[in-house]
Amino acid sequence: MKKYIQPSIKLSLVMLILCCVIYFGLVALIGKASRGGGNGETILVNNKVVGYERIGQKFTEDRYFWSRPSAVDYNAAGSAGSNKGPSNPDYLKIVQERIDTFLVHHPGVGKEQIPADMVTASASGLDPNISPAAARLQVGRVAKFRGLEEASVNALVEQHIEKNPIGPDVVHVLKLNIALDALK
Amino acid sequence: MNKEILGVLLTFGFSLLIAIPLGKTIARWLNGEKTIWNFMAPLERFIYKVCGINPAEEMTWQQHMKALLTINLIWFVYAFVLLISQGSLLLNPDGNPSQSPDLAFNTAISFLVNCNLQHYSGESGLTYLTQVFVIAFLQFVSAATGIAAVFVLFKALRDKVTDHLGNYWVFFTQSITRILLPISLVIATLLAFNGTPTSFEGKDSYLSLQGDTVQVARGPAAGMIAIKHLGTNGGGWFGVNSAHPLENPNYFTNTVELIAQVIVPIALVFAFGFYLKRRKLSTVIFAVMTLGFLSLLLPAMVSELGGNPAIEKLGIAQTTGAMEGKEQRFGPAISSYWSIVTTIISTGSVNSMHDSSMPLSGAMLLLGMMTNAFYGGCGVGILNFFIYLIIAVFISGLMVGRTPEFLGRKIEAREMKIASMIAILHPLLILAGTALSSWVLVHHPEADWAVKPGNWLNNPGAHGFSEMLYEYTSAAANNGSGFEGLGDNNLFWNISTGFVLILSRFLPIIGPIAIAGLLAKKKYIPESAGTLRSDSYTFGLMIFAVIVILAALAFFPALTLGPLAEYFSI
Repeated sequence: MKKYIQPSIKLSLVMLILCCVIYFGLVALIGKASRGGGNGETILVNNKVVGYERIGQKFTEDRYFWSRPSAVDYNAAGSAGSNKGPSNPDYLKIVQERIDTFLVHHPGVGKEQIPADMVTASASGLDPNISPAAARLQVGRVAKFRGLEEASVNALVEQHIEKNPIGPDVVHVLKLNIALDALK
Repeated sequence: MNKEILGVLLTFGFSLLIAIPLGKTIARWLNGEKTIWNFMAPLERFIYKVCGINPAEEMTWQQHMKALLTINLIWFVYAFVLLISQGSLLLNPDGNPSQSPDLAFNTAISFLVNCNLQHYSGESGLTYLTQVFVIAFLQFVSAATGIAAVFVLFKALRDKVTDHLGNYWVFFTQSITRILLPISLVIATLLAFNGTPTSFEGKDSYLSLQGDTVQVARGPAAGMIAIKHLGTNGGGWFGVNSAHPLENPNYFTNTVELIAQVIVPIALVFAFGFYLKRRKLSTVIFAVMTLGFLSLLLPAMVSELGGNPAIEKLGIAQTTGAMEGKEQRFGPAISSYWSIVTTIISTGSVNSMHDSSMPLSGAMLLLGMMTNAFYGGCGVGILNFFIYLIIAVFISGLMVGRTPEFLGRKIEAREMKIASMIAILHPLLILAGTALSSWVLVHHPEADWAVKPGNWLNNPGAHGFSEMLYEYTSAAANNGSGFEGLGDNNLFWNISTGFVLILSRFLPIIGPIAIAGLLAKKKYIPESAGTLRSDSYTFGLMIFAVIVILAALAFFPALTLGPLAEYFSI
């Protein structure tokens, strides 16, 4: 064993320099050229940071389009999914409550219309997106609360649908709500 | 829906387009031919010189294993010391505490063995110093350890009658300088330009549109996410791994990360054939692995796209499939592809929460880790597959009444004993571990640990049992994903999975290398009409049958108690 100890230690030190100091240093340098300078892209309204481009926010008020349910209440100091199994009775009760809440706030909407993403928690608890169907379904409520024409809110939603030719289409909730605030 | 499946096909296609040429260049450089990687040669010579290594010195298989174990031991001590003292060291902008000794024991081993089981959350359980200098460092070197080990196997099976199997330090260094480091840099760059942070800034805080004050954890994550996939490590920067929108910002990065985790394992399968000049053998192995992959993928994908039957009963249509524990930007199709890839490849990174997957996909994820040889981890995938291959050679030899031989070498009692022991080790560790934890849970629910056994499980009934079964399966397969509802940061889980991790890493490396080393010294028997050809599809089916039978015999009862019981009750 003894003859292997010295090269082991030396090689480990060399690799620490190569893989940690040099590699991470290079990546940090490259990141400076990206939007956000490697600190994470922020979204500004009137020169004030109102959020991070990639991180979802909690929207539960009637004047905004809602985000998906979250296991960490959208505090990005941490991150978590619910980790509830599909057959867990307590979990199914929570889903039932979400359905009921949604129906109370959206009169005229039927249960079978509610998209699955609006009643299930995301993996990260920080999902910035909802499905186009989930956004369209909330138009009536938002328009009524703000006293806007449904057609103009609808048009706004359609503008904010990000198409993906090989994956799910999404709506960025924060961007949609910022545009909504600017609509008046 | 159809376009999401197109996304899956394209991802797999691109993976092969990158992996096969990579395999070819690996074979050429092992052969001593000139490749594009030669520009790294001056750097490598400099490293050998500084470290006092003679690259021309050839080692026997025993010397290789001694070098491997020595350097791994040093890494363990180094990682453990840093983890228990991180709270008072540099680069800790968020003021995170040091790890408890049992958690540090688990974390150090887990990353040392390329498993990356995480009993902490990256945002609060580590500092930037340990993220970069312990976690990411071990991700590089543990992947290189696996690749270096499989190179020894390549050498042993090619050269006729030899015990000169190349130099361990050279294999290890080249794995980093020629594969892991340059490709990681490309991946990290792609991630950085799609929104993954790279700077050492600490947590940020802001007022949201609705008026909540929230924080955002950050840090130089891009570099780690690159190597965690390329090296099939899987341990993420943030708690939820690649489901986190900073760790995996969009569909494009998701594809990059998916491709990154399969290219080295698949490339090594092809490198094996190119290097031995037996390309058909590689194709057969690849076909068997792909058959296994598909037979796990299809049931999982169908059940995720079908949605949760229990939620359907509540009156929700679920036209987009099961969404609990999934991110909207990925959706169920590519998420279920990811979850199968990450369990067969032994990456263990996740972009959806496996604990919330449908019962049938849960069973497929478990099976992926239980077989642990469809593509498999960096280097170790082939080593695991080699064990099945030897067993298949032996059984078919007995069936046709000839002496079993593989690539011109006789397989005898000694090799078979080693292969059988390694094949039994995996189910033994998983089933004994699960039995032990179930016993503790039932008989000592109030034991005074950080999480009382009575509170371990996040879900009742069969699914709760699956959480424990998954944890040991993931540990024994050196996978690292989890049914994360399990309360695993306490003395019992930290220590018990720690030992499973050590045993299931080093024995399955030493076993196949020993077999190959023993075979390499045997008399070479040229192939004749009576030889059982190992590079035929008939033999491929034989290997597949061996894998299925071994997995079914060992694991079917446990699967029945867990995911299958849940499937039939839902």
